[in-house]
Amino acid sequence: MIKDDLIKLNINKETISVDVKPGQSLADLLRESLDLTGTKIGCSENECGICTVLVDGEPILSCAYPAVRAQGKEILTIEGIGESSNNGTDPKLHPIQEAFVQYGAVQCGFCIPGQILTAYALLQKNPNPTIKDIRYDFKDTLCRCAGYPTIERAVMAAAHTMRTGEPLPLPQVPTSVKPLEIIGNLHVRPDSIEKVNGKAIYTDDLKFDGMLYAAVKRTHIPHGTLISLDIEKAKNLEGVEAVLTAKDVPGQATHGLVIHDWPSMIDIGGKVRYVGDSVAIVAARTEEIARMALDLIDAEYKILDPITDPVQANQDDAVDLHEYGNLLKHIKVRKGEMEDGFEEADLILEDTFFTATTDHAFLEPECTIAKPTEDDRMEIYVGSQIPYADRYQVALALGWDEKRVRVIGQLMGGGFGGKEDIAGQIHAALLANETNKPVKLLYDRHESLIAHPKRHATQIKVKMGAKNDGTLTAVKTELYGDTGAYASLGEKVMTRATTHSSGPYEIPNVQADCYAMYTNNPPSGAFRGFGVTQSAFAVETMMDKLAETLKLDPVEIRRINALKVGSTTNTSQLLNDSVGLMECIDLTFEEMQKLSDGDPFISKEIEGSPHIKKSWGLAVAYKNTGLGGGAPDKAGAEVELYTDGHLEVRTSSAELGQGLVTILQMIVAEEFKVSVEKVNVLVMDTDLTPDGGPTTASRQTYVTGNAARLAAQTLREALSTTLAEKFNIPPSEILFIEGLAQVGEQKIELGEVAKIMKQEGREPITLYEYWAPKTMPLGEGGNMHFAFSFAAQAAEVAVNTETGEVKILRIIAATDVGKALNPLGLLGQIEGGVMMAIGNALTEEFIMEDGYIFTDRLARYRIPSITYTPEIIPIIVEDPTVEGPYGAKGIGEIISIPTTPAITNAIYNAVGVRINQLPINQENILLELKQRNNS
Amino acid sequence: MSICNIFHYSTSIEDALQTLGNSKGIAKVLAGGTDLILDLQQGRHSPVDTLVDITNIPELNVLEYRDQKLFIGASVPHRMITNSPDVISHSQALAEASGLIGGPQVRNVATLGGNVAHALPAADGTIALMAMDAKAEIATLEGRRMTPLKEIFRGPGKSTLDPKKELLVGFYLSKKIENAGSSFKRIMRPQGVAIAILNCGLWLEREGNIVKDIRISIGPSGPVPRRLIEVENSLRGKQPSTEAITEANIVLQEEANFRTSRHRASEEYRKEMAAVLLKNTLLAAWERSGAEGEFND
Repeated sequence: MIKDDLIKLNINKETISVDVKPGQSLADLLRESLDLTGTKIGCSENECGICTVLVDGEPILSCAYPAVRAQGKEILTIEGIGESSNNGTDPKLHPIQEAFVQYGAVQCGFCIPGQILTAYALLQKNPNPTIKDIRYDFKDTLCRCAGYPTIERAVMAAAHTMRTGEPLPLPQVPTSVKPLEIIGNLHVRPDSIEKVNGKAIYTDDLKFDGMLYAAVKRTHIPHGTLISLDIEKAKNLEGVEAVLTAKDVPGQATHGLVIHDWPSMIDIGGKVRYVGDSVAIVAARTEEIARMALDLIDAEYKILDPITDPVQANQDDAVDLHEYGNLLKHIKVRKGEMEDGFEEADLILEDTFFTATTDHAFLEPECTIAKPTEDDRMEIYVGSQIPYADRYQVALALGWDEKRVRVIGQLMGGGFGGKEDIAGQIHAALLANETNKPVKLLYDRHESLIAHPKRHATQIKVKMGAKNDGTLTAVKTELYGDTGAYASLGEKVMTRATTHSSGPYEIPNVQADCYAMYTNNPPSGAFRGFGVTQSAFAVETMMDKLAETLKLDPVEIRRINALKVGSTTNTSQLLNDSVGLMECIDLTFEEMQKLSDGDPFISKEIEGSPHIKKSWGLAVAYKNTGLGGGAPDKAGAEVELYTDGHLEVRTSSAELGQGLVTILQMIVAEEFKVSVEKVNVLVMDTDLTPDGGPTTASRQTYVTGNAARLAAQTLREALSTTLAEKFNIPPSEILFIEGLAQVGEQKIELGEVAKIMKQEGREPITLYEYWAPKTMPLGEGGNMHFAFSFAAQAAEVAVNTETGEVKILRIIAATDVGKALNPLGLLGQIEGGVMMAIGNALTEEFIMEDGYIFTDRLARYRIPSITYTPEIIPIIVEDPTVEGPYGAKGIGEIISIPTTPAITNAIYNAVGVRINQLPINQENILLELKQRNNS
Repeated sequence: MSICNIFHYSTSIEDALQTLGNSKGIAKVLAGGTDLILDLQQGRHSPVDTLVDITNIPELNVLEYRDQKLFIGASVPHRMITNSPDVISHSQALAEASGLIGGPQVRNVATLGGNVAHALPAADGTIALMAMDAKAEIATLEGRRMTPLKEIFRGPGKSTLDPKKELLVGFYLSKKIENAGSSFKRIMRPQGVAIAILNCGLWLEREGNIVKDIRISIGPSGPVPRRLIEVENSLRGKQPSTEAITEANIVLQEEANFRTSRHRASEEYRKEMAAVLLKNTLLAAWERSGAEGEFND
């Protein structure tokens, strides 16, 4: 008989008695029994470190620490870190918490409690740590926004304050060259306080009365047909309240962001296309019962041979995975005449490159709570990058009018493109509808890795022709993208991969063909970089090969061909403004020269270790801002002035950690010349916020930023008009300064202006729907995109010629962002983007074996820890684009794109080994070096 | 998810052994649990009825001198071992190995006893203990016995300990002798599971510029953790010159059994790395033995 024990615990200096189940983890006890939800769970595998709490001052991983062991020991959680107050207010922030806020170490916030506790334990023992000490102690506390440099600086700053009692030293952050009043200056995130004190609520932290727990029965076979399904035993299990199958879906059976090809559940007789397909869903009174019920469901399959790579999928004899075959899309880019172009060339080079499937590994696994309401609607609590698309797809599955569904977006522990598709939203809604109770569907890390779309593994062949002086005459590329079982955003991602596949260069003759293929691997979709991460690796390696063969400098060859204002891209788009590529190249080169002794691209020995060679490598990139390709790109934003003087900006656009809320707050504050604290930001609620469109394609600062700016301007004008009429002076003489409206000699509080407007029967609210400049579909010429961001990066790496091990020492990252609106957030994007790209280059490979997933645990899928952090030198280039808000363009993706080829080019320069396949494999490097030595 | 029906938080060796012996269902010793709990949660380990947690047993948490030996209790966590001045002084290879296991949070919980009892052929702590010629103490309800460490291993992941009757109490390490030194090193890769591609523990005693005695353990070089006796013989009595190391490496490639592991390392790469590790650990231990300058070529 299972029996609970009553144990005494000392948590955050309070002694309590609590029941503990046999083997219950401390994290579970804290979260479920004591409602201390500041402790987050990212993996339940002892891998990610974010569930760290302190036991007798020592950090431990609470997700796998038996709660019983905590008896008689002092437990400290994030809720107990602050200096407590006696007057009932929130505890004063501890210097570590304060430093995390001020230094911008907080992004999505999900790992932050674990980071802060790790820091606390370190500083208790070592008040004056070195960077090396910090890295030793933070090695296993992962951050996927990868604010490692900011975390290090925050810990150092907090240590200083704790040691000396002096105020926190101010962070050194590059700001905009021409800052405005608010824009371009340092402001901390509006949500950072709650993210450092443990009060931030993510979906899994929510509880509702009578809430049920859902679980999904997945096929775990990559290809086959569902022959029979028996759910009776599961239905009869005590505590199970519903078991649903495909037959129970009242509305549309399939979903998808573009093509509705993804079944919510496979029906009997239906085709299984990947291991993550589902056949039944369960709602039960506890999570454990729901999982037990899964084991009682019998599903029988006819198993078929899987199609496991896109080239195989395109062969004539391949079995069709969808009715219309295996080809999702053949994407074509045509410019000039290829024959002429190669004819003109003095040199033609050709090579093929392979990139790996990778996973977003956002630290917060997917969670949805669906809650039926008394007025017959459905509320969906979820961290989603596209709340309105969730609403649409859930309504379709339920067979309801869209307006009956309300998506209430929650704080998100990272997304990176991986929270655009439906995960558990439909399943939770179906179960909630059936049971008329709230239903939570939480994925664990294992399920998250299996189920959601990945980054496309891509095979890229590049043929490049150039004249002896380095001028490119023709580039031909052929790409095969593995879009897996379902379309997701595969067509769009592969289109971006294709159109960017000849690099940010002006080339008279271009041909690119991409085959986006269905396979029996997990679906691939959006992932920061959106296909360009893959093609940049190929083309930038080729540029270095070309330079080497032509005996040109890697900088020079890029300068010769770089896009500039007046250039036409390979899709024949004339670039009218904001092409800061040359400046990025020049500044990167300048910095590289400063940091190297002589030619940066030659191989040098590390002093005292002759077997370790180091060198620099360079790569450049561009990336579109916004959807482009003819897709209407618009966002709505609403701004309201309250009678207490506060403003609120509302849009459904998503905050996944990247900092949109800061940008929106700063924009509205700028337009009214008020302090940022006067502006509330409400996002991601389909009842309360207008549609801001998807948070993808580096578009939110530009598109929703503009919507907020124009909504604010329109409201400001309305206020001016009101005051002009009331005081009978021209609206142009009314100014907004220091949070006040200045009407002639008179200064009026903004709240008073709101009252005046209301008295006149008008609401001080404006809704602005901003339409970004029109774009043209691929193949039709004209502007395929309304803006591009540009970047150059240089990597310095060290390669151990005895082991093949690669260490990344320094990254110079120069990025043309148009205008640096939010410098602290920008720095987080730069450093985090570089770290994520280091993962792409060095640590990450999502491995499938015949359609079965090998890397189905975080232990097998390694994302960069703090120990991989190089010195990152950010250079911000501000070449404004005319219609961007204050000149700004997107930053989220561009930063991650040139890093990988900069690293692989540096490896070649250091030891002469070309990397054609990702991730970089130290074994291959070593064996190639050995082979060369032997021959 | 529940990992057991009964979680027994034991406070003495006798109590733990009695609980193991009396359990009607399958009972299992739980040390730090940083592997076992996950294996149970993830279904890699067959379900158990009772877990006997031994981390609160006082004797198993002791790190002290006993009879001119350094005793490390089976439940002593790695953080304590790696930070212990006594371990650093007498058994530097072990201190180094313990400091490389997991991250700080895992090292606060994971134990040396768990590392050994898990019986993996390349567990860092175990490989270091092998090189240090550690003896293990095992308790039964009838009494205690000492055994050389290698006797504990039966196969990959399999120990010779009787799960119902035996409990690892701890390990005995010799004190440092003059002109001796030890070292532990490993080679990792950035992708996949964070266990070593190859690791090496090495202890040596120097006489002048000659290796008087030496013990070498490399993992994984066979199904169980092992010493490489032939390699030791090849180096014993020699100056550790480039030539001697080259010769030792030839012996090593014969004696060790390196295999390809899927998605981790090929046999060929492991062979190359074994040579690098042998050289580097030997160099480090040689320096620590008080030798002046580098190898004598």
